[in-house]
Amino acid sequence: MVKTIAEVSLPVMEKLKIRKNRLTGGREKEKKRISIVTGVHGDELEGQYVCFEVSRRIQEHPEYLAGIVDIYPAVNPLGIDSITRGIPAFDLDMNRVFPGNRNGSMTEYVAARLMEDLSGSDLCIDIHASNIFLTEIPQVRINELHRDRLVPMAEGLNVDLIWIHGNSTVLESTLAYSLNSTGTPTLVVEMGVGMRITKAYCDQLTDGIFYVMKNMGMWSGPAKEVRKPLIAAGADPVSFLNAPVSGVFLSQAKHGDSLRKGDPVGLIIDPLEGTIRERLKAPADGILFTIREYPVVNEGSLIARILKREAGERV
Amino acid sequence: MRTEIIYENHSLYRDSFKIMAYIFGTGKKTVCIVGNMRGNEYQQLYTCSRIVQALKKLEREDRLSDGQEIMVIPSLNPYSMNIEKRFWPIDNTDINRMFPGYSEGETTQRIAGGIFEKIKDYEYGIQFASNYMPGEFMPHVTMMKTGFEDVKSAVEFGMPYVVVRNTRPYDTTTLNYNWQIWETKAYSLYTTTTDRINRESAERGVSSVLHFLESIGCVRYGRRPGYLSRVIDDREMIPVRTEAAGLFEPVVEVEQEVREGDLLARILNPTDAEERSRIYAPGNGILFFRHSGQLTYAHTAVFKLIPV
Repeated sequence: MVKTIAEVSLPVMEKLKIRKNRLTGGREKEKKRISIVTGVHGDELEGQYVCFEVSRRIQEHPEYLAGIVDIYPAVNPLGIDSITRGIPAFDLDMNRVFPGNRNGSMTEYVAARLMEDLSGSDLCIDIHASNIFLTEIPQVRINELHRDRLVPMAEGLNVDLIWIHGNSTVLESTLAYSLNSTGTPTLVVEMGVGMRITKAYCDQLTDGIFYVMKNMGMWSGPAKEVRKPLIAAGADPVSFLNAPVSGVFLSQAKHGDSLRKGDPVGLIIDPLEGTIRERLKAPADGILFTIREYPVVNEGSLIARILKREAGERV
Repeated sequence: MRTEIIYENHSLYRDSFKIMAYIFGTGKKTVCIVGNMRGNEYQQLYTCSRIVQALKKLEREDRLSDGQEIMVIPSLNPYSMNIEKRFWPIDNTDINRMFPGYSEGETTQRIAGGIFEKIKDYEYGIQFASNYMPGEFMPHVTMMKTGFEDVKSAVEFGMPYVVVRNTRPYDTTTLNYNWQIWETKAYSLYTTTTDRINRESAERGVSSVLHFLESIGCVRYGRRPGYLSRVIDDREMIPVRTEAAGLFEPVVEVEQEVREGDLLARILNPTDAEERSRIYAPGNGILFFRHSGQLTYAHTAVFKLIPV
């Protein structure tokens, strides 16, 4: 059942509507609830396919569902429709306005309504897709403050990596932090790349969502076994490679590559001069899990992230 | 006066990105003044350029104090301004959300880090700032409550108001916040406008800075301050919100005094000009902020009043 959870009139003959689709099944009175949210950043589209595929599989076999699955495919619909990462017209990152304010501006009101609607879910999954510059291996990112509660949940999502990162004051205005700090467990998934859909990653995560639902007693149908993720935790588990010069980046490595320090990662070329400006090499031994997608780079642009070999642990 | 390129990085096809500082005097790093950090902050750039002009004149007249250095950086982001984009050209990040910066990090982190390294040791830091909401302000100084804020000294600008407000999570990566953490006394100055130049307001901004410089013994300016500033907490201000979205037709100006019940604006249906709603003053006050967009959304604070 599709329901509008927030509605705001726009100036010229249009209403902004945030909608969700609720799928329910089973007879038990106390139903568990999973909420799948995506589109906080309007240029991240990987979650679109996951929402579709979760819904499709449930509708194919509604008899297996015993609980509530709420799907919010577009919490920043103006951004999605205009290929805008933030909230158009405000140049504002929607993931910096939570928990919002019911009596506040349009964006604060929408954020507050979303918080109210998601609160109380047994699990919330907030699907992101990096940005247009980087492509990410499927991963869950967890604030160390919420590690104990969230890591066991994240292990079932069929991702390749769980990255436990330090707390940062700036991140306290995100949807995930706001929900986690008020008692609704929320996992942030990062995978693929902005403005594109990577079907293999979406299918991988969708399999994980059904595995988690099965473990929660919400899905009695078949669920595939999931892979065991690497865990990035502790002090400084990730090595960053940034562009030392501006130019055009050509990749020589791909996701999941096990690299040794000094292995080639890519070239930065100068098309005007016909020269190679820089040969980029792995800064540490480890697994490549982020790689530059957008070719034009400035000095400092992030090229790759490597999970250091000594830091990665299998659960 | 001398000029110095305090930060530079190189692009593939554009001329290199350069940040230039005007440095007056030598000796103790006393005051640093920064202008536009975003590409639409024309008023902030213009005001700084006028400060450079005023300081050059004072220098010619031998009215700068010995042993003190004043650095003015009119533009921290010429790249964005040259292409009429608010944020960083390639990834749309905001330099003023990257402080204290990181020399090994992403491009705007490196820029913020490069700048901060050069300006963090000044005793006083003045930034001409802008708000994310498009609008006009009554000239004022804003101070964040960090535990290091020096409200008393902010009064020396002689601006009509000193606004003190709580720190929000995303403030922690701004220049002003980090200046304070590194023990620079930091002030954010707002003149009336941002993306269009208001010369009169800019001149008042220049005058305020010169008054402040005189109060700390940097220059001999010799004019009386403009105002005895009133210090207010931003929670005292009354936001006036729209009930409806539509064409925004204000009938009052910033700095105007209004009485409870006065008409402030009309919201019109954009297709037939019928009135959708009227906005009235909820109390007596001075108009501190006025939305400047042609359209407005519903539930938007289009005015802020300082109660009187």
